[in-house]
Amino acid sequence: MGSATLIEKAENYLEYKAHKGIFAWLLSTDHKRIGLLYLIAMISFLWVGITLGFIMKLEMLTPDKTIVDAQTYNALFTLHGVIMIFLFIIPGIPAIFGNFFLPIQIGARDVAFPRLNLFSWYLYITGGLFAIASLFLQGGPIDTGWTFYVPYSIRTTTNVILPLLGAFILGFSSILTGLNFITTVHRLRAPGMTFFRLPLFVWALYATAWIQVVATPVVGITILLVVIERVLHIGIFDPALGGDPLLFQHLFWIYSHPAVYIMILPAMGVVSEIIPTFARRTIFGYKVIAFSSLAIALIGYFVWAHHMFTSGMSDTARMVFSLLTFLVAVPSGVKVFNWVATLYKGSIELRAPLIYVMMFIFLFSIGGLTGLVLGSLATDIHVTDTYFVVAHFHYVMFGGTAIILFAALHYWFPKMFGKMYNEKLAIAATPFIFVGFNLLYFTMFILGYLGMPRRYWSYLPEYQTLHIISTVGSWVLILGLIIMFANLIYALFKGKPAEANPWGGVTLEWTIPSPPPHENFDKIPNVTNGPYDFSHINETKDGKS
Amino acid sequence: MEKEHNTHLIPYGTYVLVWISLVSLTVLTVTMAGVDFGRIALFLALLIAAVKSTLVINYFMHIKFDDAIFRVFLFVALATLASIFILTSTDIFFR
Repeated sequence: MGSATLIEKAENYLEYKAHKGIFAWLLSTDHKRIGLLYLIAMISFLWVGITLGFIMKLEMLTPDKTIVDAQTYNALFTLHGVIMIFLFIIPGIPAIFGNFFLPIQIGARDVAFPRLNLFSWYLYITGGLFAIASLFLQGGPIDTGWTFYVPYSIRTTTNVILPLLGAFILGFSSILTGLNFITTVHRLRAPGMTFFRLPLFVWALYATAWIQVVATPVVGITILLVVIERVLHIGIFDPALGGDPLLFQHLFWIYSHPAVYIMILPAMGVVSEIIPTFARRTIFGYKVIAFSSLAIALIGYFVWAHHMFTSGMSDTARMVFSLLTFLVAVPSGVKVFNWVATLYKGSIELRAPLIYVMMFIFLFSIGGLTGLVLGSLATDIHVTDTYFVVAHFHYVMFGGTAIILFAALHYWFPKMFGKMYNEKLAIAATPFIFVGFNLLYFTMFILGYLGMPRRYWSYLPEYQTLHIISTVGSWVLILGLIIMFANLIYALFKGKPAEANPWGGVTLEWTIPSPPPHENFDKIPNVTNGPYDFSHINETKDGKS
Repeated sequence: MEKEHNTHLIPYGTYVLVWISLVSLTVLTVTMAGVDFGRIALFLALLIAAVKSTLVINYFMHIKFDDAIFRVFLFVALATLASIFILTSTDIFFR
């Protein structure tokens, strides 16, 4: 793609140090280093979240107390949600891989506002510290659930304000990152890099950035209103003071449903990168996939109240939002069919990133289809607020976004660190993750259908067998994750050097050395064709054989 | 990529006129709050606020003289806000 020059001898970004010691990281405005700062922070938070989830599943082994009491369990599921949602999965792919690869994929030397980019990371860390500080202060950990629903969040005596302010600050980090990405895509594309020559990962990040900028302020305002309500008792949300608790739910989901697309759209972009590379052919339906990202971003704004079908909303609103919810299935389906069509008759090379992608297609499809059960008014009444919702959410978010974050980590690892991981071990981890995942979460679909409510500390004895299977699944899943991360960490230190283009990819990041030079390109490339043109590589391959 | 930022200069007189208009509209809003307009009071207050924000956006934020893409950005934000109001009203007015 284009004519980027290989600059093997230029100092790579890991060696280039504008400052001494730790400040080479903490004061760096290089988009790649900032991407790695996010990576380290987020993987740390991910493991905190996993540990909390592990303890919760352990508690569920028996119908009554196993290892923690009921109040601790309330704090556990709240913190698990807050950490996984606000500190890991919302910022996840854009902050790590978007920061690292968006400028490279469009042929730029950095993002439009490098200092603002570093500031966003500091906001992210500050927000995270606020959330964590609340654990140790008087009042104890927040116990409202990650959705902070009123009136409980106004009345509980636990530490609510601090994690709320944490989420508020994290929102600013998200808005600034989105602003940076939109400006970068509009202003810093290389010559010849038209919008329809942008890699689909960039399209997905662009659509996501718009959601970050337009939707996030709503949750910021909502959070402040809850704080004001708690402190001044004005009566905005509290029905005892004349407020409307459904207003909170509207405002919260006006952000938090589009936020689901902040989580999944970048993952879909990664899938659109990995599949052509390992199928050795151009993506099927490039423009349709690009526009489906925008369509998901757009329709994603208009479906928020499907989270409120049983909360006392009007019948008219329930019907309108149910109809709109079904519309989201269309662009999502377009993507899945196009990915499968790309694989069809492709020259498929089954490497670790592609295996994760196939896992994603399977798990995300289950997550998407069970979403239809929740989107239908009648069936939703039966399964809402049960383990069915928990299972659906984890199939979409963990089976979707997190699995693709792992795929991206494997796909771009050689480029980011200039090292190769052990391919056999990377593949060996996947069956553990897949089997563990399905044992853990599929049983939750059944439990939910049978009537097991979510967020309950105890349960009826007839549910115990399925809970045991689910808990054992969590152990298998964590074992798989340990193998995966251990393999990558080992490769960081002892891995063989990676080539510039180990997978035969054709987007711009594969035209520069691994790891990339400090300012990416010695000379800004001139782009002359679309992003997934494999004709040249396939001709070379045929010539050799 | 796109052409550089326009450097359109607005005369001070225009700024003063816009400022006087904003102050006048604020006085109008406050005065109207004392009159009982019944159900249309909210609509009138919002109408004046809309006129005021149009002035601020066009003159103080320079949108009137900037690239068309900025008007597109603004339209996206306002259209989203309008959609949110309309969809929320399907709950509020039909309960």
